Parts: sequence; C-alpha cells; structure tokens
Amino acid sequence: MPDRPFELHDLRRILRESAGIDESADLGGETLDTEFDALGIDSVALMETASRISREHGVQLDDEELTTSTTARRLMEMVNERRR
Amino acid sequence: MSRRVAIVGMGVVAPGAIGVKEFWSLLQEGRTATREITLFDPAPFRSRVAAEIDFDPAAHGLSPQEIRRMDRAAQLAVTATREAMAGCGPVLDSLDPARLGVTVGTAVGATMGLDREYRVVSDDGRLSLVDHSYAVPHLYGYFVPSSFATEVAWVCGAEGPVAVVSTGCTSGLDAVGHAAELIREGTADVMIAGATDAPISPITAACFDAIRATTPRNDEPERASRPFDRTRNGFVLGEGAAVFVLADLEWARARGAEVQGEVAGFGQRCNAFHMTGLRPDGAEMSKAIDDAMDEARVDPEEIDYVNAHGSGTKQNDRHETAAFKLSLGEHAYRVPVSSIKSMIGHSLGAIGSLEIAASVLAIRHDVVPPTANLEEPDPECDLDYVPKTARDWRTDTVLTVGSGFGGFQSAMVLTGTDGTR
Amino acid sequence: MSAAAPVVTGIGIAAPNGLGTARYWTATRAGESGIGPVTRFDAARYPSRLAGEVPGFDAADHLPTRLLPQTDHMTRLALVAAEEALADAAVDPAEPGEPGSGDLDDPGARGVVTASSAGGFEFGQRELEMLWSRGSEHVSAYQSFAWFYAVNTGQISIRHGLKGPGGVLVTDQAGGLDAIAEARRQLRRRSRLIVSGGVDGAICPWGWAAQLTGGRLCTGDDPATAYLPFDERAAGHVPAEGGAILVLEDAAAARSRAAPRVYGEIAGYAAGFDPRPGTGRGPTLRRVIESALRDAAMRPADIGAVFADAAAVPGLDGEETAAIAAVFGERAVPVTAPKTMLGRMYAGAAALDVATALLTIRDGIIPPTINVRPARRHPIDIVLGAPRPAPVRAAAVIARGHGGFNSVLVVRAAGTAPPGPGTEPARGTHHARQAV
Repeated sequence: MPDRPFELHDLRRILRESAGIDESADLGGETLDTEFDALGIDSVALMETASRISREHGVQLDDEELTTSTTARRLMEMVNERRR
Repeated sequence: MSRRVAIVGMGVVAPGAIGVKEFWSLLQEGRTATREITLFDPAPFRSRVAAEIDFDPAAHGLSPQEIRRMDRAAQLAVTATREAMAGCGPVLDSLDPARLGVTVGTAVGATMGLDREYRVVSDDGRLSLVDHSYAVPHLYGYFVPSSFATEVAWVCGAEGPVAVVSTGCTSGLDAVGHAAELIREGTADVMIAGATDAPISPITAACFDAIRATTPRNDEPERASRPFDRTRNGFVLGEGAAVFVLADLEWARARGAEVQGEVAGFGQRCNAFHMTGLRPDGAEMSKAIDDAMDEARVDPEEIDYVNAHGSGTKQNDRHETAAFKLSLGEHAYRVPVSSIKSMIGHSLGAIGSLEIAASVLAIRHDVVPPTANLEEPDPECDLDYVPKTARDWRTDTVLTVGSGFGGFQSAMVLTGTDGTR
Repeated sequence: MSAAAPVVTGIGIAAPNGLGTARYWTATRAGESGIGPVTRFDAARYPSRLAGEVPGFDAADHLPTRLLPQTDHMTRLALVAAEEALADAAVDPAEPGEPGSGDLDDPGARGVVTASSAGGFEFGQRELEMLWSRGSEHVSAYQSFAWFYAVNTGQISIRHGLKGPGGVLVTDQAGGLDAIAEARRQLRRRSRLIVSGGVDGAICPWGWAAQLTGGRLCTGDDPATAYLPFDERAAGHVPAEGGAILVLEDAAAARSRAAPRVYGEIAGYAAGFDPRPGTGRGPTLRRVIESALRDAAMRPADIGAVFADAAAVPGLDGEETAAIAAVFGERAVPVTAPKTMLGRMYAGAAALDVATALLTIRDGIIPPTINVRPARRHPIDIVLGAPRPAPVRAAAVIARGHGGFNSVLVVRAAGTAPPGPGTEPARGTHHARQAV
C-alpha cells in the first residue's frame, strides 16, 4: 500500500482500468468537479473503481458515498480523509 | 382460430420446499428459507446468506451416472421435470415425439460445476494455462448449458424444438413465454418448459459482492430478504427449478387432462439503458406488462394479483412499483402485490418459473402469498404488498413480472380455467 | 407484422478470414483459410493447437474505451458486427424514424435476439483466477454480467437503443439458426426490426479444457489437414471465434422506410432433437430439413445450395450426408462448408452460414469447401476447392449442436416466394388480431 496521498494520477489510472476512461482525458480543471455521471462513469464502473481503491489503498467507501453524482475531487478527498 | 396454452403439469424444487405441495405450504405460511450459506465457506464474503435447498439427488431418483454428468442446476431441472410429468395426466400419451419440445431457462448455467472444476484444472488459480488432463469428462456439458435442455429432453423423449433460453434473471418467464409461443404458432402440441439455476458458488457471491447487489444483513438470515421494506439493502441469492407441462388447450381437454391454468399473455422488452441499472420510471417494464395484458385481452382492473419481481434491492422495488402504476393506473393501489423472493430468495433465471408456479397456485387456492419480512414499508413503495401473512383472495388472473441484468423486462398474464376470457 | 417472410437488410461479419462483410466475402470466395496456430494463448501443451481467430482485431480501434473493461473478447466482436449490420441497413435506431414510418418511431418495435454458447468464457477465466489466486475482493464488478449468456443481446440493445424484445438462445452450434428463427417469430408478433445472429468464441485455456472434453476437437499442427469434414481423415474440428449479426425486418416495414438493400428473406425454418442414444430411434435431421422446406412452401429442387453443419466426426458426417441425400437426392444439390476455412464458431457459426448463403444468392457464386477429399460413402456433391458459379435463388443452412440439436433454415432471394399457403405463418394469434 503506497505511503503517500491518493493523487490525481492514481485516480486517472484507476478510472482508465476500471471505467475505461481515456487516461489522456484531462481530469484536472473543471472536470475535477464534474459529476461522474456526466463523465460517462456509471454505477458499476464506480463500484469497480471503489474496489480497486480499496485493494490498493486500503480504504473502504460506503454505498452512500459511492454515487454517480460524486466528483473526482470529492472522491480523492474521501480517500485521503480515510487514510489519515 | 388461435391456439390457447394450458398448464397441465407442474414440478418445483425450491429452497425449503421440494415438490409443489411443500412449495405451496411454505408460501402460504410465509416461511422464509434463507440461512447462512452452507454450500461453501462464506466467511470471506460481504454477503453470507442464501436460500439453499437441502437436495439429495439420489433420493430424488437420479442415477449415479446422472449425478456425475449433471451440474446441480440440471439435477434440479430433471427432478422438477419428473414431478411435472408425473402429474400431467394423459397429455403425453400417443403424442408424436416431434410435436413435443423443451425450453429450459437458466441465467448462469452450470456455475457451480464450472467454479469447482476450474479450481481443479487451474490448481486453485495457480495455472493460467490450466491442466486439461484434470478435467472431468462431462465438462463440456457445463461449458454450454444447452446440456440442461438435452437432459430434460432425454427425460421426456422430446424430438421437437429443444432449447435453452438465457436472458439473465428473466429467463424463467422468457422460457415459458417462448414455449407458449411455439404451441400457439402450431410448432408443438406439448412443451416441457421451465427454468433452473443453482448459482450459490464463490464466483457468484464475489461478483454480486463487487456490485453490492446482495444483502450484507448476515446476522439475521431469515429476515435478510426484505422486498419493499424501508430497510432492504440487497437481494438474497437463491436456487431452484420449476418446470411445467404446457399443452394446446384443445389437445389437453380432448385427453381429459386437468388444466391448472393458462398462459394467456406474455411481453418482453429491453430497457436499452444499462447492463445493471434501471430507469426509475419503469417505462419498459410497463410496456412489457401492457404487451402481456394486450395479448391476454385483459384490462388492468381484471388483474387480481401481481406477483412482483420484488428482489429487495433499493433500485428494483421502486422501479417496478412505478411500472405497476404506469400500467395499472389506480388499480395498482387496489390489487395485492407480493414478492415470494422474501421467502425463497432470488434464484436468478429460475425464479421467473418459480413465480409462475406460485401464481398458478394462487389461482388454484384463491390465496395470495405474502411478502415476508415487510415490516416498515418504504414510503416510495406505497402499494399493498400483502405483508407477512397470506391472504384469502379470489384470484383468477395474475400478472407476474421479472427484471434482469442486460435490461430485460418481462411480464406474463396467467389465468384460471373458468373460460370467462 | 405482415404475413410475408421477413427480410434481411443488413449484414455484419467477424470471421477468421476477414473482419467485415467485404473482406470476409472476398476471402471466402477465394477459398482463403483463416485457420492457424492459436495466438491468443500458448497452446503448446494442449493436444489441439489450431484455431480460427479474427485477424488484426484491436477492440480499441472499434469501440469506445469505456466498453473495454466490461466486455469479453467475443462481445467486442459482436458489438462491431452489430454496428456494421445496422450501418449496412442504414438504420440508426438511436435516431427517430423517418416521418410516416409508423411504428419505426417506436424504439420498442426493434429488438435483439442472439445465440450464445458459453458466454464470455475468457472473461470468466480471468475472474475465476482472481478469485482463487488472490481473493474474492479482486473479482471485477463486471463479472456480474460480462460472462453471462445474455451479455451480447444486452450490450447490443443498450448501444443501439433497441427497446423491443430481447432474446437469447443456447443450443450449442444450432443456436445461430434458432436465434434468427426467434427473431422471425418476434417480427410476426409486434416487432418491425430485430438485430439477430450470433458471435461467439472461447479461445482461452479454460475454454480449451472444456472443449477438449467434448471429444470433437482435432489435433495436429497443419491447418490444411486439421478440419476435414466428409473426408476419410475426418477427426474433429478446429474451434473458432466470430460469427455474423443480421438486421431482420418485417418486409412491409423495410419497404416503407426504403431500406437500401434486401439480401433475401427468411423463408423457412424447423428444429428437432435427436433421441437419446440407445433408444433405438433414428436421427431427426432428415425430418427437420423436410419441415423447414415445408415451412418455406418449397420443394427440394428449389434449393440451389446447402450449407452443411460439417462436424468432421465420421458418424455425424454420415448422418448429415444421408439426410441431405434422402431429401434432395444423391449428388443432386451443391453442398458446401465454408467452415473449412474458418473452424467452428459455436453460436456464431450458423449465423455466419446464413449471411454467406445470402451473399451466395446475391452474387451467384457458391463458396468452396477447402482441403477436403470427400469419402466415397458420402453421396453428396461437395463444392470443392474453387468457388462454383451458379444462379442460387434459395439455400438451406444446416446446424447441429452437441447433445442432439438440429436446426435448418431456408433463405431465398426476396420476392421469389412460390405461390401457396406456406408463406403464411401457421395459426398465429396476432395475425387474427391484426385483422380485427
């Protein structure tokens, strides 16, 4: 388990593997605050994302937190809050 | 002159109930058959409850070779087939085998057998290049679940159209709908039709854990399946089979067979939306219901009982409640609706046929089975779900529905035999 | 929903000798084989080491990236074939229909029926390996649907907004025909357009282990002598991946939207099941061929080509050629097995044979059976080695599945139905209702 914060490049890679989001797509800027739904990330893709985050970073996310109305920024915050 | 489709025989293997009689007692008493998983060690899993059958294939007449050859799902199907045929009277007498067909529904085929045999040939996942020399000789029959239809055809001697229908969790409705259509169009006079699934295996548990579809309510297994309840949090995996003898109504009457009910109408739609998600408005399920009622030529007010999909996931129960309101209008609030998954869990492709069996029994006994464990209704599920206790209720016409991964939405109208249609 | 036979207005193909209808048909007419050593995994340790793999297929070139984590290889091929078929038919179901096209405006009038055999078996192997080697938390969320038998129907429906009926038939190698027959049934009920056929494949070690226990795979490393139906040397088949997806339409609906092309019509079909071995009852294939012809209201002499199942198992080959000869006469109809170029693709095979039969009718060229030196005991006229020019107005496709499944489908050039009652579907409830 990496001993460093969960960063944007981690999320980008996981989203590529688990949701098929093109890694070259810029998740920075405005899209950091775009809801996953609008980025084409559906509920199963989000479950798969959460499962990878859990395996790689030891963080369990609750059902209630895992909605497609979440954003990349919020997801990273949640993961890093849990890691503390 | 259009042909009508009669149900003249029925066989059931369900959790807590092997045989039609036992099945009806369980439903009528509102007993739940959900428990902690015993078919494998559930300790590593998020959801550790299931509705299992205490099934001894030898005790149900399967020979040693049949037991070796067949996956559990096929064993359940064959057992249900034998019961259905034993009770169908003379419809099979003097029948040309070419006019007898078979349709078996299954969602996940020989999942248990595949999981078990994979462990062996891969040495518990160590070998990506699996060692085929360790494979059981009948692995091909697990590989392609059409073997289930072969087994049933061998039991009944069918030489007409034989097939497996596999549309996920609507397979049990779709298989019977498909068979009924073969009779209507004149391809077959008698069809052995139903569905089976035995999915309670580690790989199934793991994939439903991964999407959090099954309930984590592990501390009280008997109360874990809670359709339409505010506290529901996922479905309980089940297993089982139900098989029917369907016949052209005139054929059946001419031979003096006891007609238990009629497959009066069937509708099937895709939501074209998402492999696991449902549109909240229930529009496509409603279209399937409308198609089924249209084919049966019944109006919404004539539906006496709705046998719901009622899986107990947050999403499903609201979805179908919306669909019932769309299709039945005000009548949706008056008609009793219940989910037998509260008692026997969700056996994926098999459940649709088990629900047809429950519907036919409701017609026969004028009793509506309850929704067990419904204690605190979800405000968004505001229909009459017959909580906890079966209800004496004049039942001639039943709507039963199903919904499954892949976006499949199915509906069937079953009627009694008083000929009022 | 009209009584006339439904028509095929679009074809999409993924085959070992060519991805896409044009490439496939050019290669197939020329007798080019797509069989070669397995490349998708290291097959050296297995007794069977040849396969028919779709060449040069990179899913990322054809599909949105978000579909990749959730799809098995065979589903990707199916999605590409479905897209080609719908484009060929000039149908974009996601768009509203043309004004005046009636029910075509209703996406519920369009459905999907496909055949499957083992589902996404390669995807399944990967997740089983995760489960048993690393633990249940490593199993993909997509395992809940990516491997199951209904996946291609579901994914095609979603991708193209098809909200009509969705069906999936599993009858081993007979499935491709049974799916198309079910599509015809839906067109007689409520639907106007059904995307149908089958694309299949399980070229992975776990699929290999399973297929080897079926006892019908050939061994050896020479593609030219491996899969030899109707030959004295026949000793099983080469497994393959691929298949075809067709767009089937109600004939009147296709006319009213001025579909750009009609390849032909689905004229007749029948299915039957072989009795359990040891019961003393004979095989059913002859009766099934005759029933399919009767359903098409056609005589044996009307059939210009037969596409054989071509099991390459001596007993099964014998049953098939005996049935063909009994119905059509000895050496009375050209018989071919383009599968000899491809291998057997399970649920995809017969759907591809139907597409090939339609292309044969269109171009008047029967594609060859390659590599085979027919045994004398088979009393049939096999189109050997080179394509045979012939005006084919109708063709019969035979498909037989492991365990006893027999299906036969008859296609013919559009508008060539013989007069007679056989073109009316038998006793359909819905036609009676339509007349009211």
